[in-house]
Amino acid sequence: MGCDNIINTFAPCLSSSLGVPIEIANFIGIFLGVIIVASFPLLVAIALIWTERKFAARIQDRLGPNRVGVFGLLQPFADVIKLLGKEDITPAGADRPIYNAAPVVSVVSVLLIWAVIPFTPIHVGVDLSIGALYFLAVASLGTLAIILAAWASNNKYALLGAFRVVAQLISYEVPLALALLVPVMIAGSMSLVSIVEAQAGMWFVVSAPIAAFLFFISAQAETGRAPFDLLEAESELVAGYNIEYSGMKFAMFFAGEFMHVFTNAVLMAVLFMGGYLGPFVDQIPMLGLVYLLIKASFWYLLSLLMRNALPRIRIDQLMLFNWLFLVPLSVVNLLVTALLLMIVREVGLAPDDPRSFVDNIPQTIVLFLGNAALFVVVMSMVRNRFRAQRLAETQTDDLLPATAGD
Amino acid sequence: MTFNELSWEALAFGAFTILTLGGALGVVFNRNLVRGAVWLVVSLFGVAGFFVLLSAPFLAAVQVLVYIGAIGILFTFAVMLTRSMTNLSERFNKQAWLSALAAVTLFLLILLAVIAPIFGEIAAPSSEVVATTEDLGVALVSGDKFVLPFEVASLLLTAAMIGAIVIAREED
Repeated sequence: MGCDNIINTFAPCLSSSLGVPIEIANFIGIFLGVIIVASFPLLVAIALIWTERKFAARIQDRLGPNRVGVFGLLQPFADVIKLLGKEDITPAGADRPIYNAAPVVSVVSVLLIWAVIPFTPIHVGVDLSIGALYFLAVASLGTLAIILAAWASNNKYALLGAFRVVAQLISYEVPLALALLVPVMIAGSMSLVSIVEAQAGMWFVVSAPIAAFLFFISAQAETGRAPFDLLEAESELVAGYNIEYSGMKFAMFFAGEFMHVFTNAVLMAVLFMGGYLGPFVDQIPMLGLVYLLIKASFWYLLSLLMRNALPRIRIDQLMLFNWLFLVPLSVVNLLVTALLLMIVREVGLAPDDPRSFVDNIPQTIVLFLGNAALFVVVMSMVRNRFRAQRLAETQTDDLLPATAGD
Repeated sequence: MTFNELSWEALAFGAFTILTLGGALGVVFNRNLVRGAVWLVVSLFGVAGFFVLLSAPFLAAVQVLVYIGAIGILFTFAVMLTRSMTNLSERFNKQAWLSALAAVTLFLLILLAVIAPIFGEIAAPSSEVVATTEDLGVALVSGDKFVLPFEVASLLLTAAMIGAIVIAREED
């Protein structure tokens, strides 16, 4: 057996060359794999901090970090050293074990998602048959970490922040899950590898643009970033759930948030833009990782742009936007896509060879037209609603702004 | 063979048992209700592990999603809103003996159901095939299987949801 493909032959090669029992070699192989998969997002987070600070600075007409290293590239390291040097404060009356565990759970809930992400055709942590559901299950642990952090801090501002978090995160999980179902339905599988492979003919962002939009928006809300940053809302809650945290524990929440944003970008790439697929991936699998990161960077930068360019929305607007716009839209979108897929399969327009671009065209056109029709209907409904609202405002000549609800 | 499949599974089974039972004991013995809720999450996580060992990854994910992600958070949230509940001074309440009786009876019944079949004939497993998520989905909607229980459960949940809305609705 050749020892060139390190992933599949690592354990046999180790046992044959060093005489290690095969079971222990397997264990070492899996152990190393876990370490690599878990460290990768942590390493990426270092680069993300720099990117985010530079990007935000440019939008705000500043230079951003530029003193430490070339273009300020070493700034994240300086930040970490500063954070390590800070005093580790535990407030009086805090529930110490929970207070200490919460930042760890917060980071782990994001790291666990990476276990199912296909990096290249052959490099996957685990190809779970329920990958998409696993993502939802693991991501819900993050909410628990935030609420426990706030409660354990024994601080009313932290608790206020946590109450908002629960309302926001649980609400936005609904459109997130419903949007996630659309690629699952088109691919006919919950395994992320199968979802990527099903896009060999056509990316799902073309056949399900509304689902991609819904997933992107709700994922942004799940990370608690502007315009959905009510869980931190500096001007109202001082800092929200993490107000009592200092030093590295505080940094862990932030590292978790940075990684969560990038993880969502990677998921967008995997679910809607064909993940690792691209030219020559069959010959050189490692190219898949490059394609995946390029696609993820697109969504990541879009998310940063959204964060920096949009103002924060009020809590009632946040809830109304979710329950009166995103949730109904995601339910209708799910039903429309299911119906169209069924029709396409019954009529016989479904692709004979899912990997062929030409075979995918009829199905994609039907789904895209369905999405476009839905978009037009929803947008005209929104337009009529707000026009009526504006007219009512001008007629009554009310100086007070109308609340968003009525 | 030093490590065979069985011993790994036995190790994992032991670990999940400790998580489940230890968490359950934590729930019962803790005076702080929020900590109790955290122990409950630990216990439910152990149960999710059992589902993985039983080759039911779908149920494991649902266990984490529903019981930890939703019910665990709901419990924590409800306890936090009633602050006086977070530090109970009494370990036992007035119904302690009654609930102990009910719990012991239930436990003995379950124990009986688990142990009794061991002395009878060893029945063959009902199926050799490991069911997939697709099988589960088909079973839930096929007429000769579980469509009726499934619909009844949906109706119950819908009724509960409407009830919650009615209670939470502001008076017009």
